[in-house]
Amino acid sequence: MIEPILRLDGVSKQFGGLAALSDVSFSLSEGEVVGLIGPNGAGKTTLVNVVTGNLRRSSGRILFKSEDVGLQKPYQAARRGLARTFQIVQPFPAMTVLENVTAGALFGAGAGSLGDARDMAMQSLEFVGLDGLADRPAANLALAARKRLELAKSLAMNPRVLMLDEVNAGLNSSEIDGALALIRKIAERGVTVLIIEHLMKVVLSLSKRLLVLHHGQLIADGPSAEIVADERVIEAYLGAKFAARLKELNHG
Amino acid sequence: MKSGFPLYAAMIAGLLVLATTPLYADNYVVRTAAIVAMYGALATSWNFIGGFTGYPSFSTAAFFGLGAYVGAICQRHGIPMGLAWAIATVVVAAFAALLGGIILRLRGHYFAIGSIAVVELCRLVVSSWSSLTGGGDGLNLPLMAWPPEELMRFFLFVMLGILLASLVATIIVDRSRLGFGLRCIHQNEDAAAMVGINTTAYKIAAYTLSAMFCATAGAAYASWTGYIDPTDSFQIVMTVKVVVMALLGGAGTILGPTLGAAAFVLLEELFWANFLDWNRAILGVVIVLLIFFLPGGLLSLGMRRLRAAKVGGGQ
Repeated sequence: MIEPILRLDGVSKQFGGLAALSDVSFSLSEGEVVGLIGPNGAGKTTLVNVVTGNLRRSSGRILFKSEDVGLQKPYQAARRGLARTFQIVQPFPAMTVLENVTAGALFGAGAGSLGDARDMAMQSLEFVGLDGLADRPAANLALAARKRLELAKSLAMNPRVLMLDEVNAGLNSSEIDGALALIRKIAERGVTVLIIEHLMKVVLSLSKRLLVLHHGQLIADGPSAEIVADERVIEAYLGAKFAARLKELNHG
Repeated sequence: MKSGFPLYAAMIAGLLVLATTPLYADNYVVRTAAIVAMYGALATSWNFIGGFTGYPSFSTAAFFGLGAYVGAICQRHGIPMGLAWAIATVVVAAFAALLGGIILRLRGHYFAIGSIAVVELCRLVVSSWSSLTGGGDGLNLPLMAWPPEELMRFFLFVMLGILLASLVATIIVDRSRLGFGLRCIHQNEDAAAMVGINTTAYKIAAYTLSAMFCATAGAAYASWTGYIDPTDSFQIVMTVKVVVMALLGGAGTILGPTLGAAAFVLLEELFWANFLDWNRAILGVVIVLLIFFLPGGLLSLGMRRLRAAKVGGGQ
């Protein structure tokens, strides 16, 4: 069996008495595109924060390429190739678009010199279609372009695993289509992608496998088609009462 | 902002103006030039942590005072002056690196207050530790039996040397990975960590750099005056002045802090000479006005004119 690139083994995170994550286990194989869904407050962002070291797990093991990285700092995660985007975009506002991405190439991918980093950054910008805006200050970009900037910055870090935390939130439907095409292109490069999404349309069109998180517990893990028909998943999203009514409708 | 030639030209011209004062001016002017150079070095040092990294540090006087004391104690134990200054620099840099590991966990206002407390703390420790530091009585340093003009000229060149060293360090940092990383931290520290910057190590490096040259300047100042005491060595006023100078000239730029130091020292001299009773009040008003109407510092004036010229030329 091929060793998974990322494996979580009984990971929990407690905030005082609140269990934001309890006993979450799953693994991602290299090159896979997996969706992570769940209602608001299910612990999706906490999960990403725990993996990248923004939060420290309370218990369990996080293995990246068979190495236990449970105690890593965010910068170490970035250098190892565990990149992420934030739900709320995090640019360096006063720097240009190119400088933003150069930072990713220089520190994340460990480019040898500023010049090399700039070349790598330019390639990423071309890849996401932002090369025309390279010299604009990042603060002047519209939301869709800022999200693309986040992607370009993460890509310049040459990641092995990319975790996308709601990259499509706040975009209109044509912008979403553009973003989807881009994520597909990223996956084709062999990057393992974990997509955290609210929009079912997005997740279903990209990933064959879904993880479902509810109250901090992983309640389902399997092929997308099966998962969306799973009663527990429907219950988690709609509540028990509506799930029952939906079942009646389908059978009646 | 990388503007190679004009930057170096301005820097060398400025240093030459200060260095040639002994040729045509009296001792008062030479002394003022030395003070400009000293404060220039202090403000340029502050720029590493305050300007590049965006951490409002008020610990300049702590590093200056500690440098003065370490240098003085070394000299009193018979260590030659130059070596004593080098020891002061290294000891204070190590102190700053250790201290940075603790107080750089604070951000914004909390860091500002933490860093100002360091000055007070150092003053209290130095004035209580009488067996080593002489306590409130202060310390005398070996006198230099040189004619006044020669002494003055010597310390002018020493201070200019420290200023030049701090400027060269600034230029190197500005063009390196470290400088780029520090600017990222300034803009968004969390995002900086997420692209792979070891923010803790980078901040400690900036804080240490901001301490080193202050320590050398402090040790040299102690040898120059021949006597130091705790109140004079650890002045909150000095700590605040240095920050105002850097902001006045342009924080985060290469020459801004030095320019600000020169402007500030000259204004201060002018107001002392002409308005003995009101000089502090007038200086205060000038600072408030400058910061209100020139938030980017004096250097931004030149930039604005340059930009206007470019736009005009394009039409």
